Amino acid sequence: MSPDTAMTATAPAAEAAARKTSPGAEHGPRRRTGRIRRIGLPYLLLLPALLLELLVHLVPMVIGIVMSFKELTQFYIRDWGAAPWAGLDNYKVSVDFDAPVGQALLHSFFVTLAFTVLSVGLCWLIGTAAAIFMQDTFRGRGLLRALFLVPYALPVYAAVITWVFMFQHDNGLVNHVLHDQLGLTDKPSFWLIGDNSFFALLTVSVWKGWPFAFLIVMAGLQNIPRELYEAAALDGAGMIQQVRRITLPSLRPVNQVLVLVLFLWTFNDFNTPFVLFGRTAPEAADLISVHIYQASFVTWNFGTGSAMSVLLLLFLLVVTGVYLVFTSRQRRPSHG
Amino acid sequence: MRSIRAAATGAVILSLALTATACGGGSTTDGGSNDSPKELTYWASNQGASVEIDKKVLQPELDKFEKQTGIKVKLEVVPWSDLLNRILTAATSGQGPDVLNIGNTWSASLQATGALMPWDAKAFDRIGGKDRFVDSALGSTGAEDQDPAAVPLYSMAYALYYNKQMLADAGVDAPPVTWDELVAAGKKVSKGGKWGIGMEGSNPSENIHHAFVFAQQHGADFFTADGKPDFTNDGAVTAVKQYVDLMAKDKIIAPGNAEYAQNQSVSDFAKGKTAMLLWQSASANLKSQGMADDSYGIAPVPVQSGTPGAGKQVNSMVAGINLAVFKNSDNIDGATDFVKFMTSDAEQKILNTAYSSIPPVKAAQEDAAFNSPANSVLKDTLAQSAVALPQVPDESQFETAVGTAIKDLFADAAGGREVTTASVEAALTKAQQQMPKK
Repeated sequence: MSPDTAMTATAPAAEAAARKTSPGAEHGPRRRTGRIRRIGLPYLLLLPALLLELLVHLVPMVIGIVMSFKELTQFYIRDWGAAPWAGLDNYKVSVDFDAPVGQALLHSFFVTLAFTVLSVGLCWLIGTAAAIFMQDTFRGRGLLRALFLVPYALPVYAAVITWVFMFQHDNGLVNHVLHDQLGLTDKPSFWLIGDNSFFALLTVSVWKGWPFAFLIVMAGLQNIPRELYEAAALDGAGMIQQVRRITLPSLRPVNQVLVLVLFLWTFNDFNTPFVLFGRTAPEAADLISVHIYQASFVTWNFGTGSAMSVLLLLFLLVVTGVYLVFTSRQRRPSHG
Repeated sequence: MRSIRAAATGAVILSLALTATACGGGSTTDGGSNDSPKELTYWASNQGASVEIDKKVLQPELDKFEKQTGIKVKLEVVPWSDLLNRILTAATSGQGPDVLNIGNTWSASLQATGALMPWDAKAFDRIGGKDRFVDSALGSTGAEDQDPAAVPLYSMAYALYYNKQMLADAGVDAPPVTWDELVAAGKKVSKGGKWGIGMEGSNPSENIHHAFVFAQQHGADFFTADGKPDFTNDGAVTAVKQYVDLMAKDKIIAPGNAEYAQNQSVSDFAKGKTAMLLWQSASANLKSQGMADDSYGIAPVPVQSGTPGAGKQVNSMVAGINLAVFKNSDNIDGATDFVKFMTSDAEQKILNTAYSSIPPVKAAQEDAAFNSPANSVLKDTLAQSAVALPQVPDESQFETAVGTAIKDLFADAAGGREVTTASVEAALTKAQQQMPKK
């Protein structure tokens, strides 16, 4: 099927291209249909992708939004259509911050926010620093670069489960080093339960996330002309001056995208906390994605879970929108 | 012009074709059928020490079934961590196995989804009648006023496993009968890296099973008679506190157990790190970890005072696995035949011996294999002093909410924070507020 379509699709394009090379050969109405044809063709070719995009992305999203207005509990999951409409009840429960469900959601939201800011900040800092240090060629650079990318390349489950073993109270490597060998703590600490779980989660998240920042910044650095550095060096600028005045301003467009992507990924991260803590995370590390999972799958109330997801979607949309407006406004004067 | 039209037609047809194939799987019918009579899919729960061991136990039996009936059974052993989610997904999508194992405590919750075939009198007749099964096992197959959602397959009960040598070394002559005795014995053992008893502090279900028994012993329940959650009554609070205090106050559980959820406490017991263990049907598991049969003893779970029995002397939940038929099965008759096969006297003997559980089928229970001293403790417990967990639709949510609350309390105890009546009550209040309102 698809080769056929491809062939017929290339034919009009060639025709249009041929026509373009002979301007003035056509007049009046024929010319106008030609223009419509030219304008219409790209849209036509995009149509299959658009339909599939609707199917794969938008339809499930719309279903999710519809679910959030239903009382979809275990009594109805077999036949969703029969679930009674709940109006705004699911939303009311989710944002009633005086009641336990809303309170827990708000708590989880703040935990996630703190976690995301710290994780993105550290990922960016370590990634950028490493990329800058690796900019000059030296022996073993290729090996180090490859090594740095390992955490990013590992399958999430395999990587995080290894951390679970390392964080174990009784036989974990972390306690072995911190307590047994260095003697930094009075007694072995718990990392997977209680308050320390936040730091365990942050550690794994940064470990897993910074190679991506490293990779992107490294690519961005390739585009900075070497002459700029040479000129700066001639003018007597040191390493720090060079980074501040040349590297960081040149990386700005790259960083803007990088930080946004890292923010969205980290904020929505489900795999890391789920593998680390199982289906119910400790309060100190109760990230919103796992919290929503718990609200829907563990209590079998998919309506409330959907409502929380929709709220999360709205929040991320607002943040992304504000961020894009803000950064593009900043960018324009700098170019002008 | 013609070529554009052709391109447009092509593009539309292509996208329609893709759309159609993407949706093609969704043709679900409301009830079951017998459209594919020669095939069954069976989801087994993980009963042995590993998924691999289960496959080795079950496959020969499935081959036997194929020889008798010509029906090929595709086996998948699903780990406990995934089983409930897999069943929920199957219920939601209508795409699932034909026959499946469920934890018997989930019976009422899953019954409420309507995804499982109800076992009315007619269905029971096809597998030899309801009276072939033991009453206590039938008590965990769904809500009281409805037809059972499943049929009992394996029965289990909690028992106190104790390391004979370790207790003797600590000067304890006989296994403890009351909790006071257990704490006293535990304190004698707990020194020099050894501990009195092991627990799975991060496993919500284990926590629930113990808290439920403690509550029964204090004359309390977690649900009112009409099925409403009642987690904060005095008896329930006392029960949860007594359980967590084994670590917090009595200090006979190693703090590290607070993060156990993968049966590490069984390994600790097998390795001689802990002297006692409350577990259901641990024998096969202990053997696979290299613990000799004669190095440990099996006694009834302790009570507050006196001897195990009904009422406040309850010392175990009715644990077990039920076999259910998925309502959407396209081989309902074959599935029923398979249930008949699995609950036949012969298969019950083979399977329950392999898993060191007790057959819920009366005739099979009479077999000599289930009269060993170890099995008689379990059998007596099931017959006399075990009670089913509440058979209410919200049971699964209760397991998670209260089980997690107890997990957090264990985390407090392990981290050196005080566990008080007030903190237990606060944790249980929060758990109750998470429960569905209706």
